Amino acid sequence: MKRLIGFFSDSGQVTKKDLKDFYRDRARIISFIIMPLFMMIMVGFVFPSQSSLKDVPVGILNLDNGTVSRQVVDALTNLKVQDSTKKVMIVKPVQNETAIKELIQKQDLSGAIVIPAGFTNGLLKNHTQQKITIVTDQSNPQISSILTTLLGQVFNQMGKQMSTVAIKSTIGTHLSNSTVTALVTPMVVESKGLVAGKPNYFQFVAPGVIAMVTMMAVMMGLAGSIAREKEQGTMDGILVAPVSRVSIIMGKTGAQTVRGLMQGAIVLVLAMTLFHVKVYGNFLIMLVVVILGIFSFVGLGILVSAAVEEQETAMTIMMTVTFPMLFLSGAFFPVQQMPGFMQAISKCIPLTYEVQALRQVVVLGAGLTEVLRPVLILLGFGVVTLAISVPAFKRVITT
Amino acid sequence: MDEQQFDIEVESLSKHFGELKAVNEISFNVPKGEIFGFLGPNGAGKSTTIRMLCTLARPTSGSARVAGHDIVSEPEEVRRSIGLVAEKLILYDRLTAMENLWFFGRINHMRKQDIRTRGEEWLKRLGMWEWRDKLGGTFSTGMKQRVNIARALLTEPSVMFLDEPTLGLDPQTTRAIRQFIKEMAQGGITVVLTTHEMAEAEALCDRISIIDHGNIVALDTDANLKKILSGDEGVVLDLDVEGMTDGTTAACSELNCVKAVAEPEAGRLRVTATGQGAIRQVIETLESEGGVVKRANTLEPSLEDVFLHLTGTEIRDEISSGIQSSAGPHASAKKRIR
Repeated sequence: MKRLIGFFSDSGQVTKKDLKDFYRDRARIISFIIMPLFMMIMVGFVFPSQSSLKDVPVGILNLDNGTVSRQVVDALTNLKVQDSTKKVMIVKPVQNETAIKELIQKQDLSGAIVIPAGFTNGLLKNHTQQKITIVTDQSNPQISSILTTLLGQVFNQMGKQMSTVAIKSTIGTHLSNSTVTALVTPMVVESKGLVAGKPNYFQFVAPGVIAMVTMMAVMMGLAGSIAREKEQGTMDGILVAPVSRVSIIMGKTGAQTVRGLMQGAIVLVLAMTLFHVKVYGNFLIMLVVVILGIFSFVGLGILVSAAVEEQETAMTIMMTVTFPMLFLSGAFFPVQQMPGFMQAISKCIPLTYEVQALRQVVVLGAGLTEVLRPVLILLGFGVVTLAISVPAFKRVITT
Repeated sequence: MDEQQFDIEVESLSKHFGELKAVNEISFNVPKGEIFGFLGPNGAGKSTTIRMLCTLARPTSGSARVAGHDIVSEPEEVRRSIGLVAEKLILYDRLTAMENLWFFGRINHMRKQDIRTRGEEWLKRLGMWEWRDKLGGTFSTGMKQRVNIARALLTEPSVMFLDEPTLGLDPQTTRAIRQFIKEMAQGGITVVLTTHEMAEAEALCDRISIIDHGNIVALDTDANLKKILSGDEGVVLDLDVEGMTDGTTAACSELNCVKAVAEPEAGRLRVTATGQGAIRQVIETLESEGGVVKRANTLEPSLEDVFLHLTGTEIRDEISSGIQSSAGPHASAKKRIR
């Protein structure tokens, strides 16, 4: 018992010293705050989404001079971004098809719409189906696909309105408006989430960023701090003290965990205030998941830091290890989108389970029982890697 | 002699790094309260030996006991009785002098009261008390080393290891620290010191072991070591020679009466010789080979002469010293010294 208390007291001393050392380094404190801010803003703003689409330059080649085509152009010009006064498109009239090609090549346009000659007449007098062409910019597949979907929806909607009017005036003057609507579009689809609110990329990505930032902080911090102490020689001072090697590594891990959790908290606060991310689950369960996440990969950090003598090498190795983990864990992109073999690799990374559990808690409001499986997997990862890395650390630290 | 009188007992201790034998089956004993010096060129194995005795490195073979405890099977007990001033400073830049002592005191399981009183005592004796609340990073090298020594002494070790304790310090601090090391030994602490400075070894050590390429090549008191070179009628000649070539030095070192030739600077020779007529023989040989002796002094052999005699004059490359073999480029240089 006394040994155990001594063990924890030794770790505590190392943790305290490391935190004090960290807190007095202004440069590290600044990057400590900037890093999560930067990360959240980057993933938040850089990734394209339909709601982020605005002021897209779109050309219109209107070969028709009737009323309907003019209505179409007006509608497109005035199309607003959801819940905002910003316009989705800047509509520019274009003279001919060659001009469209040139302007897209010059990247002055992100796409164009061609309304054929006789569009109004065909619709109103001859009752023939008319075709609107959307010209896309293949150099920008994301914008193209979003634009195509959006324009498709717009034209579909307009078409329905027109047919409602047409049906009513030709065959069903006695029918009520709702009956006509039901005739034109017999089925509508409404998607309803488990929790209120629309699915939102930030909501999806915030748990990933929290997991990522804590992982980076702990892995980099641990390897960096041990390698730095080796390089400077202060590690020898700790090693000649009668303390267990395990308590040294525990103390170091403790300090880095505190740092990692604080960075995770910064991300969470930013996500909630700046990007309106809503946490549906319990904060305490989140904390448990994040701590278990750290527990699951810390063994790897210990192994690297024991073996490496220099800070720079430690950082390079850590980058090489953590970077693929970030992309494979589903922190930014859903794992389901990946090809089969990548999914298989993804299943071997503890971060995958941390991100998954965190997302369940944050987005779906899951409780402890629902995340039990990933939590147990994290625990298993931690036990196995620590069982390998702690004895290895003990051996390697004294050459 | 009674076993208990030795604070350090080393028995054919070796440390190999791959092919390189950094420390090669060395054996020695250090009685309590002695200042024991390791003198050797860079990369000779001094630091590696100290690291093994401090439990920071595992020996490849052999055994050693420090303060009565085996370094391999009882490392915790060894750590409890030693203090270490390593080659690199053990001092955190972002902790104050006192905070440094606190941290190391606490991980050595000292009581808070003891850290306070002893910390004050040592900092005062080392002249660092007024700087106790300043960050380590703001100190000069000499100040850092003084806090570093206070840190090592805080636990009241019975054996103190000092690896190049005065390296890079100004003369005043060096003097103060040497004085302090003497006081430590007088207080009953066994001191193991490494240095490549002759003056330090001469001034401090009760016994000196000259170590080279991982082997102890000589181990004795300062006075006895000097006798290796001179015998009883040996002499050291300090000569200024003009027109010296490789041939002149070679011819000189081939003389039977000459034990060692060193060239401390261009145009200057330091020749150790014994026997009657040795001085005349040396000067004649030099002149007959085209050299002109401008000045000649006879000296008592110094520790440096002994050291150079035993280890050679070639400069050791600290980084690659481990890799060089006996057939390396230094071998030819070494032939000039016998």
